[in-house]
Amino acid sequence: MFMRFIYKFSSPPYFYAISGKMLPWLTALFLVLLGYGLYGGLVTAPADYQQGDSFRIIYVHVPAAWMSMFIYVVMAISGGIGLVWRIKLAEIVSISSASVGASFTFLALVTGSLWGKPMWGTWWVWDARLTSELILLFLYLGVIGLYSGIEDKRTASRAVAILALVGVVNIPIIHYSVEWWNTLHQGATVTKLDKPSIHIDMLIPLLFMAGAFKVYYFIALLLRSRNELLEREQNAKWIDDLLEKVK
Amino acid sequence: MSEFFAMGGYAFYVWTAYGLTFVLMLLGIIKPLLAHKHILRSLIFKRKREKTS
Repeated sequence: MFMRFIYKFSSPPYFYAISGKMLPWLTALFLVLLGYGLYGGLVTAPADYQQGDSFRIIYVHVPAAWMSMFIYVVMAISGGIGLVWRIKLAEIVSISSASVGASFTFLALVTGSLWGKPMWGTWWVWDARLTSELILLFLYLGVIGLYSGIEDKRTASRAVAILALVGVVNIPIIHYSVEWWNTLHQGATVTKLDKPSIHIDMLIPLLFMAGAFKVYYFIALLLRSRNELLEREQNAKWIDDLLEKVK
Repeated sequence: MSEFFAMGGYAFYVWTAYGLTFVLMLLGIIKPLLAHKHILRSLIFKRKREKTS
């Protein structure tokens, strides 16, 4: 049942049609999650007893950082699927994820810097967490550059998938960097095995923001994938029918 | 209200972080939407040219 759905979903005309129908609903869901998350994070959550109101940067910093890693894993896995089974849609999902992931990585670094300056007294330190996240940004930029540098898009997808898969090593390094090395960056407060060491009033808006960012990624991914699909399939019959409707 | 915008003295850091996030996320939606329109238009144009030639 599930596999049949996946099989159907990965057929280009079907994917194009259904993703178009999903977009308004996803946008509504995103706005609800974002609205509640922002209100909770900026208004109802109490100021931190040590960091005051500067801690509110957490509501953009942490979701962006989570997404930077999540998207990388999606990009590598779908790239791998494209590499092994030659599924066109998997290749498209992989490359369409790259620029969204790069933006979130950049945001995680910059918002972290804006949080670090008032709290640590410095914009940047070359510690394990920050450096490994910077390497993640370079990996994304490498993927984007490599893809645009190869004329044939199917060859480009294969090359990019290999680079993305090799770079996956960096993901556990980012996650565990705060445990493996002495760093200025604080340890995990939410994603650890015991109870999260963050107050529930602060945690709930964070989870809403994380949800909003995830839905955002899905929206941005669908938009980009649809474009990539149109460009790759431009001579296909289903595009003729589609263009008839648009006119 | 002004207390809210002051963010306990951290206004610059907090609002820059939120503002930048907002701008980048908005751009990440606008760019592919514009590209989509552009692609459809150029595909329609291409089809027309193929028909007439």
